[in-house]
Amino acid sequence: MADIDIRQVAKRFGSHQALHAVDLTVADGEFVVLLGASGSGKTTLLRIIAGLETASEGTVSIGGRRVDGLPPRRRGIAMVFQNYAVFPHMTVFDNIGFGLAMQKIPAAEIERKVRRVAGMLHIEELLKRYSGQLSGGQRQRVAVARALAVEPAVLLMDEPLSNLDALLRLEMRAELKGVLQESRTTTIYVTHDQVEAMSLADRIAVMHEGRIVQAAPAPEVYHHPATRFVGSFIGNPPMNFLPASREGQGARVAGHLFRHAPASDGALAFGIRPEDLAPAGEGFAGRVKVVEPLGPHQLVTMDLAGHLFRAVLDNDLAVRPGETLVLAPRPGRARWFDADSGASLAEITQPEPVTGA
Amino acid sequence: MTSLATTEAEASARAEPRSSGRLVMASAVIVLVAWVLVPIYLLVVNALGSVAAVTAWPKALVPEFDLASLAFFANYAGVPRALLNSFLVAGLTMVLSIGLGAPAGYALARFRFPGANLFRLAVLMTRAFPLPLLALPLTVLFIRVGLDDTIIGLALVHTTLAMPFAVLIMASLFMSIPEELEEAAWTLGCSRLSAFRKVVLPLALPGIAAAGIFAFVISWNEVFAAAVLTIENKTLTAFLLQSLDVSPLPLKFAGGAVLIVPALLFLFAVRKYLFSLWGIANR
Repeated sequence: MADIDIRQVAKRFGSHQALHAVDLTVADGEFVVLLGASGSGKTTLLRIIAGLETASEGTVSIGGRRVDGLPPRRRGIAMVFQNYAVFPHMTVFDNIGFGLAMQKIPAAEIERKVRRVAGMLHIEELLKRYSGQLSGGQRQRVAVARALAVEPAVLLMDEPLSNLDALLRLEMRAELKGVLQESRTTTIYVTHDQVEAMSLADRIAVMHEGRIVQAAPAPEVYHHPATRFVGSFIGNPPMNFLPASREGQGARVAGHLFRHAPASDGALAFGIRPEDLAPAGEGFAGRVKVVEPLGPHQLVTMDLAGHLFRAVLDNDLAVRPGETLVLAPRPGRARWFDADSGASLAEITQPEPVTGA
Repeated sequence: MTSLATTEAEASARAEPRSSGRLVMASAVIVLVAWVLVPIYLLVVNALGSVAAVTAWPKALVPEFDLASLAFFANYAGVPRALLNSFLVAGLTMVLSIGLGAPAGYALARFRFPGANLFRLAVLMTRAFPLPLLALPLTVLFIRVGLDDTIIGLALVHTTLAMPFAVLIMASLFMSIPEELEEAAWTLGCSRLSAFRKVVLPLALPGIAAAGIFAFVISWNEVFAAAVLTIENKTLTAFLLQSLDVSPLPLKFAGGAVLIVPALLFLFAVRKYLFSLWGIANR
């Protein structure tokens, strides 16, 4: 059990800057997910925390102790790898007990601890098997059990579910959440899967091009994206963005005037999630291009003044391609972004009636 | 009816180039196999045949299992000694090749260092200089430092010959062991060294043994350096080269068989690692 403090960590591979002065603090017992596309630097950051990679600049502290000069074995961490890395020449029992044996713990104690974590992950009956005799899901459980067996201060997980098939992934995700909640271990978990991130995380740190662009609980990242990138990366279908032109105190978006827009130097962009739109008497009027029934909802793609615009609407609403549909943002859900930097500026708090046409 | 005939003709036309290609392939394989097996067959038949059968023709398909030639060979003055020398030199070559080749192979497989490719090339370049070219200067040098006519001196030369293969076999071997296994060991309390000992070495052991055996065979078969660099402590190859000229035929065949059989058995045992060296099969 320990907190993690990452300060100004940068990493260069030759001329390529993989991380730019990253700051991140993780509280004791917290579950933080590093979420980003491939190449965003999330795995590099995890490996720097683990000590498998050296930072070019910056410091890493675990439990108040500087660890950035220490080898992995002296950091009090355990790691679960993407391809499991279960030792093929050892039985499951020896795999799980490997870290404990390295600490010269008596055999009886190792036996007890191995059986306890094997029980937590429901692999007691596999203890005598070798890695080659296990399925992917079972190997995954062994890898997690092996990491938990040493009772690490910090558990690091690098896309642990990405090699499993979809159904197994769903099952393991729920189980992992249960096991980790029980163990109360400080955890950093790397994934590119936003659903995985939202379902597991106490806090999501969204990474983009070597920077953490937002670190916040899942609902906040979802509803209050700090940048345009976060808005478009999280949520499926992604957030709609429309260009806005200033008009007096307000701004005009797709032909409609919002009376209040944040005062800033740069150009504005308007963002709204497809789920946050509802049919209205006044609002954005666009021609429906495609209607896709999604079970509980339907995804409607419209042409709005030359821009693609998506809305997730109730199933009972009859919409046909070619029709004109008028949609208005739900109160408090639309946002203004700086069109150049992508930074979020303000929320549109009131249901602003559209004036003019 | 006509359409059926056409399709059949088409099918056979399509099949023809493939079957003729297969024929060429098959005959090439037969020729190559015969090229290797016929001499071995003649050697073994004559070595195991009676002294009289050696000059007989046609050869019996199955040898007579008359051990007279081999027994005579074994008792021939100098043979046991030469055999022992061959084993000592080859054994030492094996140990040196593993001891030096394994770290070099590991470095090539795991570390990106400036000059890695140059090093890889340089390892192969040691085979670019023909031994006859090096023999005289080597002999002079060995006499100067007192390594001439010693087992260790010859083993050093053989190690040089075996090293490129040892390094490249072991590099590809270590590359086939996922780095994550080592990293997992580091996070679970291992130092670089103990992770190598507990995780990499057990997984690499069969391949390392194969590389060692290969080095053994290279040394066992080597004639030139052995003949030039040793006088008293001749290995079997050098001994045979020197004395077989003046020996009766059965002895020649017996000596030849004793030479090639261990080499063949060893190579057969490690064949899958040799394939992986050339990238034919990965495991």
